[in-house]
Amino acid sequence: MAQDASSKKSLKQDVYDHPDFYAIDDLLTAEHKLIRSSIRDFVKKEITPYVEDWAQRAHFPYEIVKKFGDIGAFGPTVSEQYGGGGLDYISYGIIMQEIERGDSGMRSTASVQGSLVMYPIYKFGSEAQKKKYLPKLASGEWLGCFGLTEPDHGSNPGGMVTNFKDMGDHYLLNGAKMWISNSPRADIAVVWAKNEEGRVHGLVVERGMEGFSTPETHGKWSLRASATGELVFDNVKVPKENLLPGKSGLGAPLMCLDSARYGIAWGAIGAAMDCYDSARRYALERIQFGKPIASFQLVQKKLAEMLSEITKAQLLNWRLGTLMNEGKATTAQISLAKRNNVHVALEIAREARQIHGGMGITGEYPIMRHMMNLESVVTYEGTHDIHLLILGNNITGIPAFF
Amino acid sequence: MKILVCITHVPDTTSKINFTDNNTRFNTAGVQFIIGPYDDYSLARAIEIKEATPGATVTVLNVGPADTEPTIRKALSVGADDAVRINAEPTDSFFVAKQIAEHAKSIGYDLILMGRESIDYNSGVVHGIVGELLGWPSVSPVMKLDIEGTKAKLAREIEGGKEFLEVNLPFVAGCQEPIAEWKIPNMRGIMSARTKPLKVVEPVSVDSGVKLQQFELPPPKGAVKMIAADNVAELVTLLKNEAKVL
Repeated sequence: MAQDASSKKSLKQDVYDHPDFYAIDDLLTAEHKLIRSSIRDFVKKEITPYVEDWAQRAHFPYEIVKKFGDIGAFGPTVSEQYGGGGLDYISYGIIMQEIERGDSGMRSTASVQGSLVMYPIYKFGSEAQKKKYLPKLASGEWLGCFGLTEPDHGSNPGGMVTNFKDMGDHYLLNGAKMWISNSPRADIAVVWAKNEEGRVHGLVVERGMEGFSTPETHGKWSLRASATGELVFDNVKVPKENLLPGKSGLGAPLMCLDSARYGIAWGAIGAAMDCYDSARRYALERIQFGKPIASFQLVQKKLAEMLSEITKAQLLNWRLGTLMNEGKATTAQISLAKRNNVHVALEIAREARQIHGGMGITGEYPIMRHMMNLESVVTYEGTHDIHLLILGNNITGIPAFF
Repeated sequence: MKILVCITHVPDTTSKINFTDNNTRFNTAGVQFIIGPYDDYSLARAIEIKEATPGATVTVLNVGPADTEPTIRKALSVGADDAVRINAEPTDSFFVAKQIAEHAKSIGYDLILMGRESIDYNSGVVHGIVGELLGWPSVSPVMKLDIEGTKAKLAREIEGGKEFLEVNLPFVAGCQEPIAEWKIPNMRGIMSARTKPLKVVEPVSVDSGVKLQQFELPPPKGAVKMIAADNVAELVTLLKNEAKVL
């Protein structure tokens, strides 16, 4: 499928290659490496030549949804029976890493669809729901979004006010959700709302239901190639068969967040490696005082620290992926990886920006875009500080959230 | 229709090339291997023909030791049905062509595609030798290939233009761009490649008469010397005395 005719193609060749200082590739299977090279080729063909233009224009390239479906980026761990890839968690992590190496906004589109829409339907949905929604979400025919955060309830999702009432033959849904990736173009939304007893349940709300609207959030300085918006429910009649029967309570959406945060831990390092790779090349090419700036100790220090943090994060991801495959990874372990990796990615982007000098603020290089994107990533899916509290709670047994 | 696609397992185009054992062995340490880019075009075209032709099958063949299997799996993941690995080091073009021809005789294909040349040794003669050994026509470099019943219409690159041909099946083609666009494996293709048959066949013995003696790297590129645009005299002097090309 061709790009949207308005997309401007960059003339610069994407020569990215990942650093592998500790030979972590040896821990991957031939199939993992094939997955990585395939997604990398896909990103080099479909994303990096255009993403700078999309981000500059704050344009969400809707045609990417079908392309993600075709390559298999949606729900790779979902069983093949429902159109998923049937792959393991290391594969899922690699896919997120390679897509975010291109752009965090593009990765957001893919990880919301996979971890926050397909995952809850796969884990908590009825057989009829799985058959109805999963194949169309996996193929990219439908785009989905996930509604948990509200205007007044971000880090405290338990305080949500969105609610539904049992009207006998249907539920009546009221409330609003905010900061919802994919919402302006979504065909369905997995929405978390309280019933009359105050118990949180998941409901699948479909575009076209009366009273359901998805206004777009404008003026973002981050994730500009991804569409973000609200979900507004004004007496929306939701059929009873759209309630996810498998699990209720706040634990259900938090399980989805575990899966998405795991993908972010890998993804953020993708963005970091792109910044490092670009900075290393630039430092070797840029001549000042008659020699490449890579000759200077302060530049070498930056590069050495970047590579150290990337290598540690790669090891963390690989080990966490192995625990995920064994079904042993805990929420706190995922928090540590998400928090650490996004934090170091943001620091690496800032240092890479400095190495690129003035060029680092232009769209000639991916640096400033990654840096601005990561400002969202450090906040969404559990803020940097909330993850500390999850770890603190795990260490001490004393919750300090409020 | 049965199509055979022969693929090479070659170093990625950005690999650093060096040799060991007194310049007699290629050093594979740290080298990523890929499907030969020209072979990859022929594979992509074979898959397109298969998709447009009910009942058509694509078999992938590689002459190489066991470590080429990830490269073969990649070919299976973009849509080939099965694969054959001839278990031998591909020592020279005649050896490889003989293995391909012997396998082709045992199965009976309608079409054999491969790249115009590999990108490691770049001999560009295997398709011609295979055609000769089978008594089939062989054409290279083919940039367009359409099957029409028992014939194929081809476009071939020639000096300063294109040549259009009609060839009867079966035949051998050495392919290049823009015959088809490279295919990127999708995740479902990678999963299904896990269980596709990959048969390992022992080689036939060949007295090829070629023995490798030594490799030699080209001399390293010198630094660029910038000369002011209006200083033609200096340019001529340097071309004469330093570059020694005048």
